[in-house]
Order: sequence, then structure tokens, then C-alpha cells
Amino acid sequence: MREAPAGPEGRTEGGAPPIARRDLFRRAASAAAVAALVGAGGSSASGVEAGSRVRRWAMVIDLRRCDGCAGLGVPPQCSQYCNWGRFVPEGQQWLEVFQRELVADGPVAGAGYLPAPCMHCQNAPCVNVCPVGATFHAPEGTVLIDQSRCIGCRLCMAACPYDRRFFNWGEPVQPAQVRETAYNVVTQTPALRGTVMKCDFCTDRAAAGGLPYCVEACPRGAYWFGDLETDVATNGEEVVALSKLLEENEAFRFKEELGTRPRVYYINGHGEEAPRATAHESAFLKDRLEWPWREIAEATA
Amino acid sequence: MTAAPDLEAIVLAPLVGIGRRFLFLAAALLAVVLVGAGAYALQLAEGLRVTGMADTQNKQMYGIYIINFVFFIGISHAGTLISAILRVTKAEWRLPITRMAEFITVVALTVGGLMPIIDLGRPDRLLNLLMYGRWNSPILWDFFSITTYLFGSLIYLFIPLIPDLALCRDRLAGRVSPPKRAFYEIFSVRWRGTPLQWRRLATALTVMMVVIIPVAVSVHTVVSWIFAMTLRVGWNTAVFGAYFVAGAIFSGTATLILVMAILRRTFRLHAVIADRQFTNLGLLLAGLSGIMLYFNLSELVTVGYKLEEGEGFFLDSILVGAFAPWFWAYILGLASPAILMLVPKTRSFWGVIVAAVVVDVAMWIERYIIVVATLRVPQMPYTDLANYLPSAVELAITAGAFALFALLIAAFTKIVPIVSVWELRHGAPASRAAPEAMPAAAAVQA
Ligand code: SF4
Ligand code: SF4
Ligand code: SF4
Repeated sequence: MREAPAGPEGRTEGGAPPIARRDLFRRAASAAAVAALVGAGGSSASGVEAGSRVRRWAMVIDLRRCDGCAGLGVPPQCSQYCNWGRFVPEGQQWLEVFQRELVADGPVAGAGYLPAPCMHCQNAPCVNVCPVGATFHAPEGTVLIDQSRCIGCRLCMAACPYDRRFFNWGEPVQPAQVRETAYNVVTQTPALRGTVMKCDFCTDRAAAGGLPYCVEACPRGAYWFGDLETDVATNGEEVVALSKLLEENEAFRFKEELGTRPRVYYINGHGEEAPRATAHESAFLKDRLEWPWREIAEATA
Repeated sequence: MTAAPDLEAIVLAPLVGIGRRFLFLAAALLAVVLVGAGAYALQLAEGLRVTGMADTQNKQMYGIYIINFVFFIGISHAGTLISAILRVTKAEWRLPITRMAEFITVVALTVGGLMPIIDLGRPDRLLNLLMYGRWNSPILWDFFSITTYLFGSLIYLFIPLIPDLALCRDRLAGRVSPPKRAFYEIFSVRWRGTPLQWRRLATALTVMMVVIIPVAVSVHTVVSWIFAMTLRVGWNTAVFGAYFVAGAIFSGTATLILVMAILRRTFRLHAVIADRQFTNLGLLLAGLSGIMLYFNLSELVTVGYKLEEGEGFFLDSILVGAFAPWFWAYILGLASPAILMLVPKTRSFWGVIVAAVVVDVAMWIERYIIVVATLRVPQMPYTDLANYLPSAVELAITAGAFALFALLIAAFTKIVPIVSVWELRHGAPASRAAPEAMPAAAAVQA
């Protein structure tokens, strides 16, 4: 069964009645998750406002601006800050910047860059297949994972058409202060062995009025983060109307034809103002990304 | 068919005493099982990182455990096909082999069912499936379908066993150890062979053989749906359900042939199981090989004609690329029973044996392609993905699983008659209107 998201007023993106949404959530989220997300009435840590509108977080990535940080000669900063900020276990790239052929068989040679976080699909294949409801939609439409419930079957990883899910094959290494905290489903800390992780959209930061690490980190302002509900988006410098941003730039979603209805949009542009030059392809330094947890653990041990 | 006393003597002989050769074999198998168990203990301690599966290097979230899972669940269809489908169609030649087929089913389901549990990242949370299970997930479908099939098969194995257990109870009373005697005593559930009991047995069998067929079909259908419910190239196809069911019967039949041949040789059952049983099963294999080739052809043509990007990559890899040796070995394996059975010279016991070995290997390769080659298809613009190679731990657990399969079958041959004595004597009860007429009642009471 496919669940569609809906606000409390019955706004839907797929026609399902709002009650189904709430039922799903009630079933899917553990007591801890409910407590963390819904809070005790009023405005809560996740941006849910009781009795009023619910945020519908969205991200827009302007591919015209992204050059994989090759121009600066540094690893992709979005990935790097995500790794650092979210204590991403070694090797995982919740946000991975892919290099791809710009126009296959076309006259324009060279690489473009495609930063890919979890798409936060509204018809999410990962949510659909999870046998225990460990992967679920939060009320704001983000897809979260309750690692305290996940049984590690990895079917969600097989089902994700964007390969955006990662598994803790062994005991994840994280700094002691992270490992010792109580489990938090919104920030996915501490990482638990034998469970799945992925980009969580940094909704704890958004709810506190901040921006996701990747959005803040991008030196070229390629990322916009916003709320479909109140129709605003910002890249940290400007604030724009989200709908206008999407419409004027003919934004699209990756693999739209699959019907996954992601909350991550891309702007391709028409070749204008694109820094994705071919000249510094060799300076694309994805393989220099850092996960400093092992060193930190050793240093503090 | 041989005379009754001979039949009895032949079938009951293995149940008395345990020879040196058997002990040696059982010990060897047990050793392999223990190595596998040790490897699993290591995996529990270290986590799945001791396997060749990884996501950051090769995006291989499934590996040899899931290949084995599909393989074992596949061969579990031996029992259903032989004992239910052939029972329904009243094919009399199946009579000496039903018991073995049913036992393969139970053992294959047990071993196969362990595989996804071994594959879990958090086996300690297995009960979450019951506490938080969502009916939307194919894993839950599998969980309930396979457990239903296992319990159904156990019942289906047990019911026709009752008169034979009573026979053991009466015939072997002084010749077996007390626990075994107690076992026959308890599980023959006070069978006296009264007309009422025969009638009930017939009814129960009729009900079970009809019920078990849709359950068996559902099992391999939902196993395929684990794959087919995703959007992945090579998995996202409606043909998978039927393809898996056909493949399951194919490999189930092949496994049955091999088990039969081994048991016939070991226990000198030539008087009971004739070459005819083998050639009949060989012809069945030949027919199924046509069906399997047809499925492959229709999938390849419909996908290859349009050549979507991912499909193109996949076809390239299996037809001419890295997986081509596997794929063509598989196709050749599929075709071999048909070829061997068409040629009169090889339409023999040994021809069937060769076909069965080839089919079992080919069907394992098929699952390897389904799990590994499809996961190789990049869903994102990767530049370099490593290959999946099973680690020593995975290989040890796999060896342990196959040894466990053989060990359970071997143990079974020492506990209950491997051939259904009463069915062989009197034909299927379902085909008899008057069970009272069965002389078995008298024989057992004597
Ligand atoms: S991108 Fe993958 S992990 Fe993220 S919501 Fe969609 S299917 Fe799930
Ligand atoms: S690995 Fe965990 S989150 Fe993914 S489908 Fe299985 S139980 Fe759900
Ligand atoms: S939103 Fe947060 S978790 Fe997701 S990619 Fe950006 S920094 Fe990482």
C-alpha cells in the first residue's frame, strides 16, 4: 500500500485521506519517535505546530551552480559537512556528489555534477517495503529511520532507486560523546550496528531555525532549503518564494518517471552561467572526504 | 511390485542399528555444520562486515545467503510437486518416492528459512516482525507464507506416516532402542488400522494435498516478490512469480532425483524404486526445461528489444560481459535435461542423474545472477564499483547449510521408513472408496 502525505487540513499530494497518513505514522513511529516529533503540544522540536499547518520540507539543488567544489580544489563541501555534522559513519555518503556525463552522445563534452541526498520520496519505495515500520514518514513528509526498531533486512536498500541508504555492517565508530547519548531518531545518533542510515534532512536544525549542514556548507550557494507549506526557501543568503523558484527554473525531480515523488528538486538550467567546466575535472576530490571518527576515538581513548 | 514381506524387510532394515559407514558420514556432515555454526558465531560477534557484502564499495546489500535462501526454498517444491500434484493426478509411479519428496520439502524449508535470518543485521530483533509487522512488506508475506508451508508440510509428512509408524511399532518392538520405541509408540497415535481410521486418514490426506498446492505456489511467488516489488532492473518484472515457481519445481525435481539415487544405492532399494521412477522424473525435468527456456526467452526479448538504459547494461553484462560465463552456463544447464531426454541413448538412469546434477547447479547459478548481476546495474552514475565475492565466513555458512540439509535427510532415514510401505502396498487411499477392504488393517494388527 502506498501512503500519501497530507497536512492536518487534508491537503494531500496523492489523494489519500489525511487519516491514513496519521494512522501510518502512529503505527510506524515508536513511542520515542512520537515523543520526539510530536512533542507535548504546541510548537515542537521538529516544526510540527499542533492544530495548525505542518511543515513540508523540501530541497532545491541548482545544478548550474555546483561544480563539485573542483574549482576550489577541495572535496565536495556539502558531503564533507554532512559527514562532520551528522557524525556519518565511515565510508557512508548520505550526500554523495556524482560526476556524470553532461550530454551523452551530444556535442558538449565533459562532466556535470549531481549532488544526491535522500530524495525524501513521498511515495517512498523504502517505506513501502520495510517489514517493521522502522522506515517511516514523519508528519512533515521527511523519511526517517528508527534504528532502534530496524531488523537489518536491507530490503529498503534494495528498493531505493537512488541508492541513498547505507548499512552499518560492523560496529560504527563515532566519538564517545555521541556514542553515550540516548538514541535519537531525528538525528540518528548514536549509529547502531546492523541497521540502516541515510540523510535525515537535518530537520532538527530546520526546526530550530537553522539550515541543513549541506546547505550551509555549499560555497557556491547551490542548495536551497524550504517549506512547501509556507512557500519559502533560502540558500542562506537570499529568501525566495519556493514555488516561484521551482517554476521559473523548470525544476525537476530525479527519476520523476518512477513516481516516487521526491522532495528534492533539481534545477538544470539551459546551459547558462554553468561553472561545471571541463577544465578542472581532475580536481574533483571526492575521494578525499573525511570521516575523522576513528582518529578522534583513538585520540580520546 | 514385490511381495509384502520383502518390501517390509527392505524398508524397515535401515531403521535397525547404525552402521560404521553411517556414523562416519554423519560425523563428517556434523563437522561441516559445526564449522558453519562457528562462522555464524563469528558473524554475530563481528557483525555483517565479515561478509563480502558492502554498500560503499560495491552496493551489494545481498549476497550468497539470499542466493541460498531462494535455492533451498526452491528445492522445497520437490515434495509438493511429487506428493500433492502427482497424488491429485493419481500418477501411481510416484508411490515409492512420495515420502522422500515430502521430507526434502521439510528439510529444505528448515535450512532455507534459516538463511534470511542469518542475513539479518539484527537477528536479535527478529520478533519485531511479529510485534511491528506491516502487511505492506513482502518480507512479512514471505515470513508467513514460508512458516505456513513448513507447518503444512510437516502435517502432510506426518499424516501418511502414521500407518508406517504403527508398522514400526509393531514390527520393530524388540529390535530398537527404548527412546525410538517410545517415538513410534507416541507418533503412531494409537493407529490400529480400523476402517474408521483409514477413512479419516484418506480424508485428511485429500484435504491436505489440495490445500498444500496453493500454499506452495504462494511461497515461491512471494519469494520472487521480495525482488519484484522493487524498481530495480532485472527484478521489476511481472514474470517473476511464475518464473520462480517453475524454477522451484525444476530444481526440486532435480534434487529429488539425486536424493532418491543416493538412498536407493545406500539402502539397496532397487526392488522398490525402479529406473522407471527416474526416467519419469527425467521426462518431467525435460518438460520443465522447455518452460524455463520459454520464460528466459520472453523476458530477454521484451526487454532487449526496447533496451532501456539500465536494462541495456544488464543484458550486456549477462550476454557478453562479466556475467556471460555464468549466464550461458545457466542456459545450457536449463536445456540439458531436454537434450538428454530427447536422445534415446541418454534417456536412462545415468542420463537422468547427469541432468539432475546439471539442473541443480544451473538453478543455483540462476539465483546468483538474480542477486548479484542485477545489483551490479548502477542506479546512480558510479564510476567504479567493486565486485562481490563471498567471504570465507559466507562460504563456511553455506557449506554448513548444505551439510545440514544432508545430515537431516540422513538422520531421517534412520528414524522413519523412507518409503511409504502402506501406500506402496495398497495404492493411494484417496483413490479407494472402501478403505475397509485394505488388508493392511489385518496385517498391522497381526
Ligand atoms: S531516496 Fe531512497 S531512501 Fe530516500 S526516501 Fe526515496 S527511496 Fe527512501
Ligand atoms: S533494513 Fe531496517 S529500515 Fe530497512 S526495510 Fe529492513 S527493517 Fe526496515
Ligand atoms: S540534509 Fe543533513 S543529513 Fe541530509 S545531506 Fe544535508 S547535511 Fe546530510
